[in-house]
Amino acid sequence: MAENKKPDYAALKAGGFMRQMQKDNFSLRLRVVGGNLTAQQLATVTAVAEKYGKGYVHLTSRQGVEIPFIQLKDIDAVKEALAEGGVQPGVCGPRVRTVTACQGGVCCPSGCINALEVAEKLDERYFGRQLPHKFKFGVTGCQNNCLKAEENDFGVKGGLVPSYEEDSCIHCGVCAKVCRLQAITFTDGKVEYDASKCNYCGRCVKSCPVDAWKGESGYIVSFGGTFGNSIQKGQELLPIITDEDAMLRVADAAIDFFDRNANRGERFAKTIERVGWDELKKTVEEAYHG
Amino acid sequence: MAEYQITDHIDITDVVCPVTFVKAKVALEELEDGDILSVRLNDGEPVQNVPRSIKEEGHQILRLLNNEDGTYELIVRKVGD
Repeated sequence: MAENKKPDYAALKAGGFMRQMQKDNFSLRLRVVGGNLTAQQLATVTAVAEKYGKGYVHLTSRQGVEIPFIQLKDIDAVKEALAEGGVQPGVCGPRVRTVTACQGGVCCPSGCINALEVAEKLDERYFGRQLPHKFKFGVTGCQNNCLKAEENDFGVKGGLVPSYEEDSCIHCGVCAKVCRLQAITFTDGKVEYDASKCNYCGRCVKSCPVDAWKGESGYIVSFGGTFGNSIQKGQELLPIITDEDAMLRVADAAIDFFDRNANRGERFAKTIERVGWDELKKTVEEAYHG
Repeated sequence: MAEYQITDHIDITDVVCPVTFVKAKVALEELEDGDILSVRLNDGEPVQNVPRSIKEEGHQILRLLNNEDGTYELIVRKVGD
């Protein structure tokens, strides 16, 4: 332990180098947004893993990529090789982590929003921001929730706010059949919609064969999710947000609230519990209304 | 209600997704622009998915009639050659 030139582990960690159980070995976390890497980036990662690692990569639980068994002495060379191939190191420690996203709206037809685009915006805005503890963003395209929005400190879930135009309706009743919450009923050839039961899954909009149902994209945001040592599901405090700027204002307010109120090493959920859900609600409501 | 005249009829109650849609698509390919296809399909997944899939191929859905026996009759106008 008493080495003369002890490496600055905190700085290495901030730069994505995770100290391994093997002395002077590091697993290098890479910057990935929404689980996407280009073929070119993959080729660079392959070359680095072969030359400096053990010829393999690890896919993390949050869509990240790590190259294990990088030697301490090679760290600068590795950084350089990756930068040349357009690959950036990721982060670890008390800051904004990898922003995850599903393929909703990009490849997956179930998406009610373009999840990747949202993740890229959040990444650009916050990635690596220094905070009292780690902070995770996750974006999922629809109620199927493949990306588990509520596991994150700030979760975004896509939804569609439906509206019905009787003029183009052929009264087939498919919308009522696909609605899982009985928000839409079809009796005697008449379609009824109860907005209070709707969860914005968008199935009515996506299944209607004549586009009598239209949907406006929106964001359902959740706060304070964490699935580590203590498990807590992120809570929704606002109605579905149909304006992207408003959603980003809410994200700003949430992260600032955390930065301002959290004790060192305290996750968002614990901070909210301590300071009060009502306090957070007030803050994000103000941001939502602009 | 005689606003359309059925050109051809198929039954897709004997197959499951995604063959349901494929069978309907193949039947539509046999027809001319403006022809009307009647498709008998099961309640459940077929009736929830097939109408929209056919619409996304560019055809026009005219009616969905409940046969009251666990099946439906989907009336489609072919659009395009």
